[in-house]
Amino acid sequence: MNLRRLIGREILHRKLSFGIAVATIATSVAGLVAVVALLGAHDLRTSEMLMRMNKETSSMEEKFTKEMKVYEDSVRKTMKGLGFNIFIFPEGQELGEVYTQGFASKTMPESYTAKLAESKIVTVNHLLPSLTRKLKWPEKERTVILIGIRGEVPIAHRDPKKPLIDPVQKGRIVLGHELHRSLDLQEGNSTMFMGREFIIEKCHRERGTKDDITIWMHLDECQELLEEEGRINAIKALECNCASIDRLGEIRREIAGILPGTKVIETESKALARAEARNKAKKHTQGAIASKKAEAIKLKTDREQLRFEDEQKYTALLTVVIFGTMAWVAFLAFANSRDRQAEIGILRAMGASTNSILAILMGRAFLVGLFGTGVTILVAFLLSDSLKDPLHGYEIKSLRGHIPLVFLFVPLLSCAASWLPALQAANRDPATILRNE
Amino acid sequence: MSEVTLRATNVQKTFAGPKGSSVTAVNDMSLEIASGEFVAMGGSSGCGKSTILLIAGGLLRPDQGELEIMGTRPYEVDSTRRASIRSQYIGFVFQQFHLVPYLDALDNVLAPTLARSLPDAEDKAMALLEKFGLTERRHHVPSALSVGEQQRVALARALLLEPKLLLADEPTGNLDPENTDSILDHLVAFAKEGGAVLMVTHDDLAANRASRSIRMEKGSIVESVS
Ligand SMILES: Nc1ncnc2c1ncn2[C@@H]1O[C@H](COP(=O)(O)OP(=O)(O)OP(=O)(O)O)[C@@H](O)[C@H]1O
Ligand SMILES: [Mg+2]
Repeated sequence: MNLRRLIGREILHRKLSFGIAVATIATSVAGLVAVVALLGAHDLRTSEMLMRMNKETSSMEEKFTKEMKVYEDSVRKTMKGLGFNIFIFPEGQELGEVYTQGFASKTMPESYTAKLAESKIVTVNHLLPSLTRKLKWPEKERTVILIGIRGEVPIAHRDPKKPLIDPVQKGRIVLGHELHRSLDLQEGNSTMFMGREFIIEKCHRERGTKDDITIWMHLDECQELLEEEGRINAIKALECNCASIDRLGEIRREIAGILPGTKVIETESKALARAEARNKAKKHTQGAIASKKAEAIKLKTDREQLRFEDEQKYTALLTVVIFGTMAWVAFLAFANSRDRQAEIGILRAMGASTNSILAILMGRAFLVGLFGTGVTILVAFLLSDSLKDPLHGYEIKSLRGHIPLVFLFVPLLSCAASWLPALQAANRDPATILRNE
Repeated sequence: MSEVTLRATNVQKTFAGPKGSSVTAVNDMSLEIASGEFVAMGGSSGCGKSTILLIAGGLLRPDQGELEIMGTRPYEVDSTRRASIRSQYIGFVFQQFHLVPYLDALDNVLAPTLARSLPDAEDKAMALLEKFGLTERRHHVPSALSVGEQQRVALARALLLEPKLLLADEPTGNLDPENTDSILDHLVAFAKEGGAVLMVTHDDLAANRASRSIRMEKGSIVESVS
């Protein structure tokens, strides 16, 4: 006869009592496995979401960077060609008048253009002098806008640039749409203007602006016709290489140093519009990326928060379950040792020590823990495959590595719960037991 | 040559009763039992018979007096040593048998080996079972045994470790005459082989089988007949 045999016999004899204790432990271990599995499932689900989100954000960023680079390259090219347009008007010119009638009434010497061109001006690239007047086309009885223009005046201290606007040759004019349409004039026709004969160089397409009633001719001829020799009423300048944000201020300061009193305004240009559009697009996309990133960060913090809350909830629940289990196991152990009082008494009378009685009771408690754990682990592993889907791909089998720990920890817990009842039973006075039984 | 197996000298045991009262179960009692002696102890209910048995068995510490079993003093050593003295020298038989309910007859007889290992224990147990006519019953649990069989299993268990002193508290109290005779035969035989027996009994017929008969009253021996 040895302890193992005695314990085994006792368990077989009190199957129900042992079974209840085992079931209690099994339930508790099942709770533990469930909590770990649920937390694992939660992690899997959220990390998948997070990964997807991060991928989206980075692909979006990549795409945006690529697009932005292409766009910026094209804009840079366009901007090089176009620049920002500014107008320089004569001294004393009221800008209100310019805005209402479209051109300046005052004039200034055309030499201003040369003066500007010869100066060390760095902000302005291309200079285009013009003379504009609203008048009646005497031969046709029409109100027209006459603009005299000249090709670009090269800036002296830099390489002359290729003219951006083709000048109109002398003896030729360019007509706006409304003029050539209503007067039935075509390119190559000749027509009289203020007593001179001009060949029609070009007929513009309809623009829906005052360009449609405009006549362009060479500046020199225009000055002659208007008896304004050597005078102009505007210089158009295309600026470039402007470093500062306040480019108009920078240009104004430079021009004021050379042509004091002149008025400088910036007009809308395609380049400006494009730059703005580009900035807007950039801002918009950056905003979208930022919000996507923020979303990912929020998800991450939400996830951590949720996990933290889950963990707390589960830990609290598990604590209750473990303590409940221990209390119940302790109660069952107490009931068991009560049932065995006579047996314990007689074993002690025969000379069994307190320790061997303790060993009998603890051995049983250990087996309760071992069986309870075994049952749950077995069931959990058998169910692992079918629980994979509801657990977002989490495999209970992945807990394999923790099995030895659980198999050690749970039986020890069972022993701890049974310790006090066992100690009490082992130390009861056998004389009292034997007398009362 | 017979040796003193049990020597109790001026033993006294008082129990606290309810409301501060006290019961003196054993009162200044002295008793010697030598090997080969079969002592029957009688007396009215409550006179302290079971108490003196527990004291003699090293299970209940007396308030006063000295106790020696085979020259050792169980109440002057620690409980582990006392337990070992019990397993070495003493066998118990009770009126209620106190068999372990989930062990079969053989395992019940073998139960004392939990306390003290014994070479060839199983053979010895089987020999005892055979001697008590229980060979066929060896794989029956107590609930499947008759009352007489149960008491014989209990006696076999008490004898397995070859004790020097057998303490029996009304071992035949639950038995019919036939089974009573059988148990008494075994006790007589045990004493003949050099063991010492202290048996509590109310049964005069049983007491007649003993080599000495003592009667107790209020915790003391009032009569001793050889
Ligand atoms: N643990 C105890 N606590 C209090 N009183 C006790 C205790 N054990 C025994 N007694 C008392 O001591 C007295 C002797 O009891 P004991 O059991 O020895 O009597 P007994 O002679 O064996 O009686 P019976 O023939 O009925 O078995 C009784 O009055 C009993 O009530
Ligand atoms: Mg009694």
